[in-house]
Amino acid sequence: MSGRRLLLGNEAMARGLVENGCRMATSYPGTPASEILSAVAQFKLAEKLTMHVQWAVNEKIALEIAYAGCMTGLRTAVSMKQVGLNVASDPFMSAAYMGVKGGFILISADDPGPHSSQTEQDSRMVAMTAKVPVLDPDSPRQAKEMIGAAYALSEAFRTPVMLRPTTRVCHSRQDIELLPVAAAAGIEAKFDRDPARWAATPKFRHKLHLELEEKLAAIAAYAPTAPVRLNPEASARKAVVAAGVAAAHAREILQELGIWKKVALYQVRQPFPLHIAFIEHLLGAYRDILVLEETAGVIEMQLADRRRVKGKQSGTVPRVGELTPERIQALLGDFAGIRTRTVTVAGAPGRRPTLCAGCPHRASFFAIKKAAPRGIYTSDIGCYTLGMNLGAVDTVLCMGAAITQAAGFYHAFRRAKKPPDIVATIGDSTFFHAGIPALIDAVVQRVKFTLVILDNRTTGMTGNQPTPASGFGVCGEPLEAVDLESLVRGCGVTYCRTGDPYQLKDFIALTKEAVAHGRENGPAVLISRHPCILDRARKGERSAFVAVEVSDRCNGCGFCIKNFECPALIHHTEDKDHRRTTIDSALCAGCGVCLQVCPRGAFRTKKMR
Amino acid sequence: MTSSVRQQLLISGVGGQGVLFVTRLLAEAAIAKGLPVFTCETHGMAQRGGTVVSHLKVGDYHSPLVRAGQADGLLVLKSENLDQHSVFLKPGGWVVVNAGRNETVSVPGTAFALDADRLARDAGNAKSLNLIVLGYALSVSERMKTSRSRLFCTLADVEDVLKNSFKSKDTQAAAFLAAVKIGYSALTA
Ligand code: SF4
Ligand code: SF4
Repeated sequence: MSGRRLLLGNEAMARGLVENGCRMATSYPGTPASEILSAVAQFKLAEKLTMHVQWAVNEKIALEIAYAGCMTGLRTAVSMKQVGLNVASDPFMSAAYMGVKGGFILISADDPGPHSSQTEQDSRMVAMTAKVPVLDPDSPRQAKEMIGAAYALSEAFRTPVMLRPTTRVCHSRQDIELLPVAAAAGIEAKFDRDPARWAATPKFRHKLHLELEEKLAAIAAYAPTAPVRLNPEASARKAVVAAGVAAAHAREILQELGIWKKVALYQVRQPFPLHIAFIEHLLGAYRDILVLEETAGVIEMQLADRRRVKGKQSGTVPRVGELTPERIQALLGDFAGIRTRTVTVAGAPGRRPTLCAGCPHRASFFAIKKAAPRGIYTSDIGCYTLGMNLGAVDTVLCMGAAITQAAGFYHAFRRAKKPPDIVATIGDSTFFHAGIPALIDAVVQRVKFTLVILDNRTTGMTGNQPTPASGFGVCGEPLEAVDLESLVRGCGVTYCRTGDPYQLKDFIALTKEAVAHGRENGPAVLISRHPCILDRARKGERSAFVAVEVSDRCNGCGFCIKNFECPALIHHTEDKDHRRTTIDSALCAGCGVCLQVCPRGAFRTKKMR
Repeated sequence: MTSSVRQQLLISGVGGQGVLFVTRLLAEAAIAKGLPVFTCETHGMAQRGGTVVSHLKVGDYHSPLVRAGQADGLLVLKSENLDQHSVFLKPGGWVVVNAGRNETVSVPGTAFALDADRLARDAGNAKSLNLIVLGYALSVSERMKTSRSRLFCTLADVEDVLKNSFKSKDTQAAAFLAAVKIGYSALTA
């Protein structure tokens, strides 16, 4: 495998890992990081590499496995999205103290915007808290190069290294040269006992912390990752300091605005620790300094004298939202003192996403609203967050919180005269990720609520990765499958039923029964099992297609549109006297669930001609 | 590599319409022609029927995004997106849009409209509308007066990509190509 190939940023990082002899790669899927691990798996299969590649149950577990791997001298890596790092931050902080033996890279993908996340948090701040160096790539190509730089840095200073791409790096594609994969077979795992390091008690931790500070000081003088001047030809009293994609935008915009030679442009490749000599040079040589970075002011806060610095602290650069090229154009124009034609891209809402036509979650939500019409609906992270459109999702906090928030609501309403029914929804993958301790807690505390596990046999939102119940891994290799029902019962739940939401009538009855039990007796679990239709399509599977049509019983009341919201249903309201609903055959998945939705029974199966 | 080609395009639609596929086809065509290419895509929740947009830059670029007012052309698979995305078009740029017969399309540049939904349905594959729009854009491009406004690639380039770069089965590649050709010949029909 060689030559120039079109690679997604995430694939480029994966390629960087295999080219640099990574022997163990782990991850938990999350946009925008998901494709990194699948691409590692593809390269592993294509190049017949000896390495361990796995989806872990959550990010903490993923990090711990890859970290232990590097303790044996192998090069390893873990990838996740930024909020996943919150879950993995416990081992990460500690790993910084203990250091590494083989190179260890944590890829944490940020999402300024945010485009597909709960927060715009900046992973570089976590690196700072952990006292770990972090690299900030501006493109897929640079992200791939930085993998090699990160391993070198990690091994030179025996420290974990964070690589922090953003969405625009992860989900860009670029033509990239493939290099041969490293012959890593030479290195064998070897563990040197050293409890003072690997099992350090607080007394030793103090010593490790001192070591860590020494490392950081040396890393702040490490030449290979030092900032670079992109336009040495410019002679100026003004400097722009940019990192990540903002540096790529700035590079292009300065040229297009014709001010390439008017302001100095520096690219910071390692935002933390910022190189000391660079700080001194910058503050000594320039009258005005503009700092462009996403999303927090990490570089900016390391510039000791901020009087000449314009950035997030001074209120010049927005602290919220993505630094789009349009924003950067306006900032650079103002900074250089020239007028630019400012075009703002209106934050038009665009079309809101919705559950797919034929998605089994839609039926589950419909049943939940029937069974507990005035309930409080706590939910979780996944496609089913879109149950919001159906009025069946009231809260979404973070992975696993559907269950704990249900518990919190229960305790809060405990003394109310008429406590509301509480129905939590959580996906199968999210349940494995963070729901299990939450469910145990609810059992112990006798929380009276109903948990509906939306078991679509896959991790849907992020591109159909396997779950612990799938029985296969990232390379398609057979693995052990965990049985969801036994797991639920193992948590101490005594009421656990399973149903198919496509059989809507029966499923509504089942949901009513579960809600009644939950209300009176404590945790009731209902597993709503039907495979994700996208996942099935991807695997080339098909289920029977139910051809549905709308008869003239339909009076266009819009009940189905409002309460069921299948994107294949079209409501015609142009003519007030002839409102009606029809089915868009291009979108209809033939699930047949709408047959059971209309109160007037207007849907019917099409007669075969 | 230095090349004189510099072209910025936006491909816009809604999740499920195949915006990503068209983007990849064009990007692969650029690679096959030895041109540097940079794209930026929408992934995640928006892919569930929400607004999806790809940026595509062919030539020497550093930033993955097209700036407002800089796009040479727009491929719009859902006409309602024009409200949101025509701001990216540069003065005098072109738009190829999938729109019904009775829709009025107003953009800052030149618009070429085609009812790709209908053509796709007539061809028995509603999902092929993305390739029909692409084919239409290729034919519109050939008729442009100045070579600078033309697309960086031709029907023949796209055909090559479908045959060589995608590891799709022959029958699938043939079906894809047929859809592109429906759009390509729509102008003469
Ligand atoms: S199909 Fe039934 S629910 Fe939908 S608009 Fe017609 S009458 Fe109302
Ligand atoms: S059968 Fe009904 S509910 Fe299912 S996808 Fe088609 S229109 Fe939607």
